[in-house]
Amino acid sequence: MINYIWAALIVISVISALFTGRISEITSAVYKGGDSAIQLCISMTAIMAVWGGLMRIAEKSGLTNIISKILSPLVGLVFHKLDRKSEAAKAISMNVAANMLGLGNAATPLGIDAMKKLNALNSKSNEADNNMITFVVLNTASIQLVPTTIAALRSKYGAENPMDIAVAIIITSIISLIVGLVINKLIIIITSRKRETH
Amino acid sequence: MIDTLSAYLLPAIIMLFILSGIFKNVNIFDEFIKGAEEGLKTQLKIVPSIVALVLAVEMFEASGALDVITWGLQPLANAINMPAEVVPMMILRPISGGGAIALLNKTLQTYGPISKIGLMSSVMCGSSETTFYTIAVYYGACGVKKTRHTVIAALAADAAAAILSVIIVNLLL
Repeated sequence: MINYIWAALIVISVISALFTGRISEITSAVYKGGDSAIQLCISMTAIMAVWGGLMRIAEKSGLTNIISKILSPLVGLVFHKLDRKSEAAKAISMNVAANMLGLGNAATPLGIDAMKKLNALNSKSNEADNNMITFVVLNTASIQLVPTTIAALRSKYGAENPMDIAVAIIITSIISLIVGLVINKLIIIITSRKRETH
Repeated sequence: MIDTLSAYLLPAIIMLFILSGIFKNVNIFDEFIKGAEEGLKTQLKIVPSIVALVLAVEMFEASGALDVITWGLQPLANAINMPAEVVPMMILRPISGGGAIALLNKTLQTYGPISKIGLMSSVMCGSSETTFYTIAVYYGACGVKKTRHTVIAALAADAAAAILSVIIVNLLL
């Protein structure tokens, strides 16, 4: 699926460039794309190392256990088939905590850590299992208690109360997460029925 | 107030991590080094996915494809009462995080933060993530090739977030 999305992005871009007359722009974007990718990777490398190090300390000190105990009911609600005491469940808790606090930089390394631990429990290591899909949907829905980046932009353009959108954002995030999880569940039910009838 | 609080958040969390390590007699420096090394190894695995995705996103943003798709989606947007000015955010949000923030900046500058368009764009931008990036990086890091229905489920959530942003701003704000 990601194959098609990637191909679609490139094909749509080239065709659009033909129509809008931006062929030279798209040509330079090919080179600029490589550059910005590597720049992004360099700043990400630092973040990955810092959070990799901090996480290891948190695991050894038992801090991870405490945070995962607090968030366990929440994580259990979404991942009801996952053992709540597993390493993967703990890693998921850490990622959820980072997302809720709006620590976007930390959420990615912690999310990757959780994905690796989920994959360790997966019987087919090159194919996503249901827990992994659920976890990705959870992360793309962006549950955040305080939308700092958006509020900062709103205040820059003179919003008297830049946090006025916080409640609307949380409601929208939660409902859209539920939609994603329900669609996920429906597809799992439909495909497993098909497998049974074959 | 919130700004000051969030400025203290990260240093406070890092201190909590370090103090909990010292309190439990963890060899914190050595453990940090080991963890950082693991982080670097993981980073190396996701570089190819990031290069592939950023290349496509840069091409998309340079090509004017956003205008073409916005124009194409006009009838659909009209049908769900979504202002045409908000449609680019709906398309760009799952594709490019930096692009979405830049677009929000421009939208707030043009229409103001308390206009319907400004409010809808803010809620849409804050209520979902850069879906394609998350999928590429998360699966790239653990070497999963078959993502099954991940994209469909994640995009369904994004579509719901976009439609809900319009409804909720009309209802609440």
